[in-house]
Formats: sequence, C-alpha cells, structure tokens
Amino acid sequence: MLTSKCLKGVMTGYPLAINATNIKVTEVDFNPEFITRVIPKLDWEVLWTAANSIGHGEGLPKILEPKYEDNEELLKKVHRVLLEVEIEEGNLTCPESGRQFPISKGIPNMLLTEAEVQ
Amino acid sequence: MLNDDKMWRRYLMWFAHEHVDFRHAEINSILSIFNIPIKYIEQPSVQKPYWIVELPTEDSVKKIASRSVLVKCCIELWSRANTESQLHTNLKNSLQNKTGKWVVGDDNSNCTSDKYFCPKELIESCCTAKNSFKIEVETFCKHFTLKEKVEKIEGFSYLPLDGPVKLKNPDVTLSYLEFYGVDPNNVPGKPYDVFFGKWVADGQRELIQTHSLKKRQFIGNTSMDAQLSIIMANQAQVRPGDLVLDPFVGSGSLLVPAAHFGAHVWGSDIDFMMLHSRTRPTRVGQKVRTKDESIRGNMKQYGIESQYLDVVVSDFSMPMWRPGLKFDAIITDPPYGVREPTERIGIERENYTLTEDHLVNHIPAKVEYGLPHLYSDLLNFAATHLQIGRRLVCWYPLVREEYNEDQLPRHPCFELVSNSEQVLSKLTARRLLTYQKVHDDVPPVPIEPIARAYNFREKYFSVGEESRRERKERKAEELATNPLWRAAKNLDSVT
Repeated sequence: MLTSKCLKGVMTGYPLAINATNIKVTEVDFNPEFITRVIPKLDWEVLWTAANSIGHGEGLPKILEPKYEDNEELLKKVHRVLLEVEIEEGNLTCPESGRQFPISKGIPNMLLTEAEVQ
Repeated sequence: MLNDDKMWRRYLMWFAHEHVDFRHAEINSILSIFNIPIKYIEQPSVQKPYWIVELPTEDSVKKIASRSVLVKCCIELWSRANTESQLHTNLKNSLQNKTGKWVVGDDNSNCTSDKYFCPKELIESCCTAKNSFKIEVETFCKHFTLKEKVEKIEGFSYLPLDGPVKLKNPDVTLSYLEFYGVDPNNVPGKPYDVFFGKWVADGQRELIQTHSLKKRQFIGNTSMDAQLSIIMANQAQVRPGDLVLDPFVGSGSLLVPAAHFGAHVWGSDIDFMMLHSRTRPTRVGQKVRTKDESIRGNMKQYGIESQYLDVVVSDFSMPMWRPGLKFDAIITDPPYGVREPTERIGIERENYTLTEDHLVNHIPAKVEYGLPHLYSDLLNFAATHLQIGRRLVCWYPLVREEYNEDQLPRHPCFELVSNSEQVLSKLTARRLLTYQKVHDDVPPVPIEPIARAYNFREKYFSVGEESRRERKERKAEELATNPLWRAAKNLDSVT
C-alpha cells in the first residue's frame, strides 16, 4: 500500500521491498465480508511477493482466480497475511534509491530527513 | 388490521439535549446509510429535545437507534398533547378510533391542534393478556419523586392492559414523557408537551460510557471525546467492511468508533513519539506510559482488534500511498496549532546535510505547516484517495466573529453536506465539516484559492480583549495601587 514516491527523483517507488527481522502472528476474528471487499483494493502480485518474501506466502496462488469470494480457504489465507502477520521489526526498502524505512514495534517510519525534503 | 406496507407509523425521537447543531447532520447521515425515508410531522426545533416523525417500519427505527448517539430513545407515538388531561382524553378517544388511521378531533383542524387520536389497533396490539408490560415516566427539565411518578402511572388505569406487570424485560414498555422546556432556570409548573407511546429502541448513549476517555488505556492531549467521535463515524457513514483512514491519527480516538461500526482502520501521523506512546503521559499524576498504551491496545480493550490494520509514521504533506488506493472514509481532526503543532518536515537552513552517524534514530526538524496549506492538501488527498460517493469528515477551527461560510475550504470534487459548530470558548469554535465526493478525476487544486491570511493559533491567543500577560500586569498594578493591600504588606514587614 505504501510507496517511496515522496523521495526526490523516485518516479514510482513501488513496491517497497520488505526485510523482516522479527515477525509476530496474532490471531484475530475472521471476517470474510471484509476480506472479499478488500481484495479488489489490493495489488495481488505485490501482496504475493511480499508474503513470500517474509515466508508467509504458503498457499497463496500467484494469480488470483475470479470468484475468489466463494473460496473460503483462500479468504482465510488472505486474512492471515493481511491482519494476523505483523512485522514487528524490519525495513521497507525503496526499489529505486535503496533508501530504507525502518519498522519498529510494528510501526513503519516513513519520515524523510530534512535534507531529503529540500 | 393495520397495513404496514401502506401506513407509516408515527414516532417520537427523544434526543439528548446537547450538540444540538449536530442533530440533523447525524440523523440525515444515518438515514442515508440505511436508505430510510422520513416525514416530519412537526418542524424540528432547536428549542425542543424531540422530533415527531413518520417512518416506514419499526425496523427502520431500530436501525436509526442502532447508530445514533444523540438519540436517547424512540417511541411509537400514541398520543401527544399540551396538557396531561388532554392526553388522557386523546387516548380514550383513540380506543374508539376504528378508522385505522390518525384522526383529528377538532372540526377546525389546524397544525397547532393537540387533539389527534391514533388508531385503536396500535394500542390493542400491545394489550393482549400474554404480554407483560411496564410503564416508564420520563421528564425533561424537571424532577419527580418515585411516588409522584407512580401517581402519573396510575392515571393510565383505563387502558385495557390485561397482561401482567413486569419491571425487568417486559414484552411491552410504555413510555410517558413530559417536556418542561429547555431553560433550567425557568421551569413552568405544568409541562409544555406530554407524550405517550410504546418504547421501540434506545440510542447509543451507553457507548459514551463504554468508550469513555476516562477508562481508555491510551489517550493523548487532544484525544476526541467518545460522543463526538461516534458522531464523526456516523457522519462519515462508516459501514461494516469499510476501509477508513485518519491521516492525523494521534492516539487513535477517531478510529475507535469507526472500528466499532465494523470498519477496518488505518492511521498515520508525523509524531513518532505519539505513535510509539513515548510522549509524556496525559493523565494527571501518571509518571510514565505503560506498556499496553497504544492504539492497538485500545482496540484490544474494546474487543475490536480484528478491525485494526496498522499505523504509519509519516508526514502528511508528502504523498506516500500507492496510486489507485481508495478509502471508503477519511475521518480526521487535524492539528490546529494550539495544543498540537501544525508541522511538516523541513528546515529553514539551505543545503542541509546529515552525517551517517546521525541518521540512526534521527528525528527530523519540522517547519510550520500552515492551516490553509494543510486543508488544501487534505482535500486534494481525499480527491485522489477517496471512493466516489463517500465522505471526508474533519474539524475546522475558527474565530467565531470572523466566521463566514465562504471561507471554508472547498474543492470541485466535493460537496459540503454538513457543517456543525461546537463552541470552544467565547471567541473560538470548531466546525465539523462533512464533504461528500461527487466528482472524480479533477486535477489537484492549487493552495492559493483556499489560502487566506489565516493563522488560528495567533488569533486564538490574541483575539481576547486582553492577553494573559496584559491581564496579569493589570492585576499586579491594581494590587500595587490598592491601599489595603499595601497596608497589609507593610504590616507583614513590621512583624
């Protein structure tokens, strides 16, 4: 969902690569309705890559089949990746400039420095 | 028999008499969420804590009550009158009314008449022998003892209530309400208006207690109180499964009701320390923030953790979201520059560089992010990242004297659907603005059109007749010239 487009000279800055050093999984209630509604908002390929890059892509198909709303197995997996797997510590890396944005305690820090803003 | 499809029933919507300016905005938003039509039987007035309306079904009343925080309760109206005795006459006449619809008792019927008789089926349907019942008495702006209330209840003994009385969870609750005006210093002996009918549903007043900031784990200096946050979520028409963003999230107080109503919530804020709850504790007497204090902790506290997506530390003036990403609602309370600074990242110095060693854990310097600039960024952001037909709800601070509707931020993609004032002090107020997105694909609007010589902070501290410092100086001067005080001081120095 995030980009590093704000960096100077970066055109798309998307998708950001994820390096996770600490991943936490918490179970939360499954809501198929939300998952169905959120899937069209996702960039599926990017989600698939991201999930695999942190080792939680198991069972996710690379290409999203139509009629996913009836596939509860799939919805449950998407639910897990979106809501239950949280990167506690790690980095997001801009694909163009290599600039890293740290994630600490589950919160990404997308702030730039003063110099980058000028 | 009454035909539910054709005849709408008449209801009394009994409101809490606060945030009156928000009443229409909240109810209209809820009506349009559920697509419920409404007919006003009496023109709503800000001087009255009630509306008399007609709604298509009882179910629609329950839906409204399931969301509204300003509604106390909704009652299926059987009778309303200006005096207690007229109310009883009306009800007795209603028991004879076999026409199946409301009948006017007066020959010269006019709008001010209080002689309306409801169809008898309304009353009879509740009076079967197997229905347990109770009667409740509520008064507005006057207090009665239990004994007085029981006397009022006895007055309804002519109703053919055959079922047993049951005070806890009865099948039917009947409500008798008396309205003594809204001026507590001038309460009349007799009520202005009395109402009687069948209780249908309570509003969400209890949620104010459940979500109260007093008991919330994590709060900040500018956390929004529970009631206003709920109003905001309603005006943003938050529905289950929505994706909601607060770009100035702070302690996440606006995300709580949005998540409560089933939305999945996302926040961002420039304040790293706030999101990591490392700011000074807000509560009096608390020395350090505890480990559980976080936005996620709050969600857990209310059992809505499954609605929480994430928060991100980011500078709102810098676009960061993936193009094409659309939210269903944006609910926010931007900083006004008084209790929270209006800031974005930047530095006045030119050619500023940072050494590698400093880069780790560096907290960047910030510069002023003017309110006009901030609001035009907000509208432009919403124009790109809000689903069409959905809403942006935000507060806008202003000096009351200077208020002029034309000065409010505008954008060609948005229609301003409501604008309610909350008075903050004698001189200042904030307005809750609700924008609905009506167009897509309009290029960003430059900052200039909205930008005015506008600095709320400066005005906030200077518009008073005298500033704090002036007042202090004046008081000191007064004291110094006061002979009594000088005498007392001299006395002190002698002893």
